[in-house]
Parts: sequence; structure tokens; C-alpha cells
Amino acid sequence: MSTVRTRVTTITGHRLFWPLVVLLVLLAANTVHRPSFLSVELKNGHLYGSLIDIVRLSAPLILVALGMSLVIATGGIDLSVGSVVAVSGAVACLYISEQPDQDSLGGVLTALALAFGIALLLGAWNGVLVAVIGIQPIIATLILMVAGRGLAQLITSGQIITVNSGPYRTIGVGHLLTLPFAIVVALAVTLVVAVLTRRTALGMIIEAVGGNAEASRLAGVRSRRITFLVYVVSAACAAVAGFMMTANVSSADGNAAGLWVELDAILAVVIGGTSLAGGRFFLSGTIVGALIIQTLTTSVYAMDIDPQTALLFKAVVVIAVCLIQAPAFRARLRRRRPSTVAPAPAAEKQKEQVPA
Amino acid sequence: MVHIRTTITRRGLGALLAAGLLATGLSGCGNSDTGGDAGGTDKIVLGFSQVGAESGWRTANTNSIKEAAGAAGIELKFDDAQQKQENQIKAIRNFIQQKVDVIAFSPVVESGWDTVLKEARDAKIPVILTDRSVDSADKTLYQTFIGSDFVKEGRLSGEWLVEQTRSATGPVNIVELQGTTGSAPANDRRKGFAEAIAANPNLKVVASQSGDFTRAGGKQVMEQFLKANPKIDVLFAHNDDMGLGALEAITAAGKVPGKDITIITIDAVKDGMQALADGKFNFIAECSPLLGPQLMDLVKKVHAGESVPTRVETEETTFTVEQAKAALPTRKY
Repeated sequence: MSTVRTRVTTITGHRLFWPLVVLLVLLAANTVHRPSFLSVELKNGHLYGSLIDIVRLSAPLILVALGMSLVIATGGIDLSVGSVVAVSGAVACLYISEQPDQDSLGGVLTALALAFGIALLLGAWNGVLVAVIGIQPIIATLILMVAGRGLAQLITSGQIITVNSGPYRTIGVGHLLTLPFAIVVALAVTLVVAVLTRRTALGMIIEAVGGNAEASRLAGVRSRRITFLVYVVSAACAAVAGFMMTANVSSADGNAAGLWVELDAILAVVIGGTSLAGGRFFLSGTIVGALIIQTLTTSVYAMDIDPQTALLFKAVVVIAVCLIQAPAFRARLRRRRPSTVAPAPAAEKQKEQVPA
Repeated sequence: MVHIRTTITRRGLGALLAAGLLATGLSGCGNSDTGGDAGGTDKIVLGFSQVGAESGWRTANTNSIKEAAGAAGIELKFDDAQQKQENQIKAIRNFIQQKVDVIAFSPVVESGWDTVLKEARDAKIPVILTDRSVDSADKTLYQTFIGSDFVKEGRLSGEWLVEQTRSATGPVNIVELQGTTGSAPANDRRKGFAEAIAANPNLKVVASQSGDFTRAGGKQVMEQFLKANPKIDVLFAHNDDMGLGALEAITAAGKVPGKDITIITIDAVKDGMQALADGKFNFIAECSPLLGPQLMDLVKKVHAGESVPTRVETEETTFTVEQAKAALPTRKY
């Protein structure tokens, strides 16, 4: 008996348990609404279905959130990722649109390299502001969040740039071994980041910097260099996400591309169990978080929830995830008995929770 | 004003630069030397403050106004507010100081205009609103409002569909891609369309979601519509961009846009017109930015003291595939 109980506690106590439960509940609700929701069929040699859409559309968010996880692990935050998405997409599309042959692979690769390079510069700018000059991350990256959006509009001259490039389109809507190409890229990047941070000491060093930058410096870690690095990595991830988002619709929209993605990314990181205070990060949790956010958006469309109430629906689910995931809140729920002190606020919270 | 200006000129450039704020406030004044004094010349002077240059639509709007002013022999003082209300208020105050004959502007936001509009009224300068309206309770603060009628755009789209489906015996399933939730174009286009299709009980909107007026939004929503509704006959998108995004989703689902699914959109921007000419869209109700000539007529009328209607609709049309093919080569935006 006791071993079974221990096992159950181990499973329910796992960081990923509650986020995964929420993800499954969302998928189950969709299936109840439309039984064929989970069905995946083979169409024109690639997989087709709502599940595939969710996975494909969450690819850019997974990338941005990966970079954000590392930044948050150092105790920072990067608000500029949405603007970097817009800038990188705009640069790539502008370059391709000016090519005589938009389908030439060389031209597309040059465009990607150019846009990626500019994104790295933007990341370095953030890194310098935070690590060298010592501006608070939220302010330092806010600068680029605002300025970068303007830069993207400047690059596109305020217009939507449409491209007709087969190779570029592949990044957003192509397929590799029946799977969406975007998710293959996202998984590859995830794997690289995971290996680099968890199979070497890098991850621990990043967490050390987030835990206490000064202490880690005294212990021999070049904390400034690490801080600088995570902002560059974050911008690099955002750049690739920008390619995916613009390739998805074969056009760069300086106003709309990557708008508010920074907030979604922060949410994904938090849902995944990473504390905003820094010092720890969980890549697997971040990915589940990104999947939850995309599933939520897709659910609104798939279940045709009235747009006026859609935001409220999302808010309720997000609150539910955050609460249920907090050990303090769960402990309080378990302890709740009629005789406990101050039951009123707890009961209130419980009630809000039920409809979700 | 003239006194202040001469004083500053006497004290020289240094003083002007020192008074940084003042300098920006008066920078427009210098221009008025070139012939803006009311009554001094017989040319009408129009001060126009534009929202910004956020889209191809807006750029076409600006060009139309500039060209029409030139053609009508009206002197145009053009100001770009760069999406900021404070810039626009500053520009209007500058126009008042310069004593232009008529002020026209496209309000960045709906509210907060009463004070500056009263200043214009006190200076006896008539004001015309273009493209967007203001929510002032006092309707005497401006002469007229010229702009698109979003309800009508939705209604024209719906009426075309009713006409096309007259012979249909079974139900016609429509999906709708709404604009940004709560925005005036989204609300009004939806309303107009719903009113029009009520004429035929076979026409039914089976799903309606917001695609935020963007291509990515339109595509993402359409992907789910296609999976949730096995039979979609018609797509009504509140702007071209969402329709263009939806095209990709429809193609990916193995259907032929324009044939398997009839597509109706609003706006008629260049990419949308191209899709229509290619037969991927079936119908576009125009939301025209080319209100310049109409605006100049109104400017002349209010300057001459003639009465004008308080609401003037932009001259707009609708396009079918054939009309789009004919119109595309000479399209300005």
C-alpha cells in the first residue's frame, strides 16, 4: 500500500504532472466537443489534423520560450523578443523580395544569414545594456521592444511585404518525413540547448548566475559573460521564430508579426515551473507550457468560442494552471477543513477554480 | 503671434534654439510667410493632419489627398502625426495659429478632441473629419465627417452572396473571419453582412472568429474552421489580409479557393485584388482610401459658407473577378 502511495505522490509531485494534466484536459474537452479532433490523417504525403496544427503553430513559441527560459534563469527577462521576431522576418522577406529569382536557395540562405546576423546584433545590444552597463533587464529590453517594432516598420516601409519563395515557405509550412518542418527545427534547437545546458556545466553555471551573480563571480564564474550570452541566444531563438512566423504566411508584417509573443513566452516559461526569480530553469516544462498556450488558442477556434468571451476563457484556464501548479495552493486545498482558520478566502478561490 | 515671431527673429537664432520647446511650437509659423495668410491670397489653405503611414492603405490615402489638393488649386499644409494624438493636437494648434482656412484631420483616437476643436471654433476655422470619427457629444465642433461606411461594406458583401445563391436549394454554410474584436470596422461589417444575408434563410453563418485583421490570424482560424466544419461553402473575411491567410489554409486542406469555397472580402488592397483577378477570391467590397477629390469639394463648400451634410460617404465600389482584372493595372494601392 505505502509503496503505491509513494509512487502516486512521486508522480503527482512531479513538476510536469499538473501542466500535462491541464494539456490533456484541454485536448479531452476538444474531443468531447468534436470527436474527430484528435484524428490525424495522411494528406498529400504529410500528416494533417488539428493536433498537427497545434504542434506546428507552437514551434515558434517553443523557440522564443526556450531563449526566454535561459534569460529568466539568470534572473533577467527579455521583452524584446517580439520585436526581434518582427525585425528578422522583415529583413529576410525584404531581401528575398528584391531577388530576381525568389526560389533560389542561395538567395534565401543569404537572407536568413543576414537577418540572423542582425538579430544577433540586437541580442548583443540587450546583453551589453544588461551585463556591461548594468541596466535592469526589464528596462533594458523594453528599449528594444519599442524601438525594434519601429525598426521593423522602417524596414518594411509600413507595408506588408509578400514573398513568393518556395524554399522560404518551407520553413513555415514545409514537411520533413511527414512532420511539419517547423516543429523539426524547434525540436532540433531544443535538443541542442538541452545537451549544451544539461550535459555540460553550462546550465548549472547559468543557474548559479541567476541564484546569485556576485557569489558565482567570486566562485570563478564569468557571470557577466554568461548574462551577455543568454540575451544573444534569446535573440537568436527569436530570429528563427521570426522566420517561421513570416514563412507561415509568406509575408512580413512589421506591425503584427510576433506581437505580444514575449508575454506568451514568459507565460510558457512560468507554466513550465521556472521561477521568475531565476536560479532554476526547466526546458521540458517550457515546452509543455508553449503547447498549452497554443492548444488554448486553437481550442477557441476549434470550439468556436465567442471572440468576446475567448480572452476570459483563456484567463480562467491560465489562472487555473498557475494555481494548481503552485505547491502552496495545493497544500492549502488539502488542508482545508471546516475547522481551519480563515476558510473564507480559500473557499472563494476554490469556487473560481471549479468552472475551469 | 506675429509679435512673438518678430521678437524671436530679432534676437536671432541662438534664442530660438535655447527655447527648444517654443521652437518646435513655432516651427510651422515660419512656413506661413510663404503665403498662408487667410484673405491675403485667394487660394484656399487647408491644414491636414494624417494619422501616420502604417499601411499601404494609409499611404494611398495621403497621396490621394495631396494629388486632389494640387488638382483643386488648394494649398495643402500636410502634417504626419505618427500615430500620436499629442502630435495631432499640436498640428491643429499650429494650423489655428497660421490662420488656415479649413482644418481637416483623420483622428488617431476617438476621444479627447473637445478642447482643441473648441479652439478651432473660436478662431472661426471650420473642421472636417476624414476616415475616422470622434466621440464628441457636441456635433457642432466639426462641419462634417467623410469616410467609409463599414456597415454598407458588409451589406454589399452580403447582398452579392444572396444574389449568387438565389438558386441554391440546400443550406449554404458560411464561415466568418472577424476583424479585431470590438473594433468599429469589425462590428459594423459583421452587422451589415448579417442584415443582408437574413434575406435568404438558407444562408447560415456556422462559425465566426476573430483573425485580428492579420494574415497569420486568418490562416490559423481558417485551419480550425476547415477541420471543425466538413462542409464550408462561403468564407466572408472582414479584410483582404485575413482572406489571403485563409487561402493558404484552404489550399493545404486540399480544396480550391474560389471554387470549392466562395471567398468574399473587404478592402481591395493590391494583394487582395491580385487574388481576385486570379480567381482565388470571388468578390471584394472596396474600402477606398481615395477620398481626396471629395474632401476638396467639401473644403471649397465649407470655405464658401455653404451648408454640407454632416456625414459624407466615400465613393466606393465592389469588384468581381472580371472587374478586378480590368481595374488591376491602374490600381493605385
